[in-house]
Amino acid sequence: MTLIDVIVVLIGVSLFTAFIRFLKGPTASDRVMALDFMTVVAVALMVVLSYIFDRAIYLDVAMIYALIGFVGTVVVARYFEGGL
Amino acid sequence: MLGTVFTYIGYVLLVIGCFFMFVSAVGIVRMPDIYNRLQAGTKASTLGAMCTIMGVGFLHPDWWIKCFLLTLFILMTNPLSSSVLARASLKSGVEPYKLVIDECEEYYKTEEEK
Repeated sequence: MTLIDVIVVLIGVSLFTAFIRFLKGPTASDRVMALDFMTVVAVALMVVLSYIFDRAIYLDVAMIYALIGFVGTVVVARYFEGGL
Repeated sequence: MLGTVFTYIGYVLLVIGCFFMFVSAVGIVRMPDIYNRLQAGTKASTLGAMCTIMGVGFLHPDWWIKCFLLTLFILMTNPLSSSVLARASLKSGVEPYKLVIDECEEYYKTEEEK
């Protein structure tokens, strides 16, 4: 087990920990916040996986996923405010 | 020689980044209300994701321009989405934990209450 495996496992554990908050969250804002956090962590995980598998295409996937996650969070927040 | 130095810098940045992301995930579970959770889950996760992506950019120097763009994108968008979400939850009536004084009470009144 090399260092990069330990890093991937630690990022995966933090994804799972945020998923607990996504399941528990008392209000809807908690769930959206946990989903936004999971998006950022998944982007970092995709970049590390692109180094492990040596494929540059995963970086483009990570960039598009970060864009979609940001737009989704802003749209849902506007919906909570009542402006949509 | 330079490649070896870049490899060491990259591994140190990867370890720092995944440590901060793990601390941020623990903060999301442990903090008492949505505003504390937002500040725990945004500041630390922004630093962690930026360190991790720049670490991969140091490990694989051909990809550093894409990694730099991704870092810049996360640095610009993640605090913005956190701020928008905090304002939306305050406007939609989520009470802060142990609220003493509310400075925003006048600003976030609805039209009927004024």
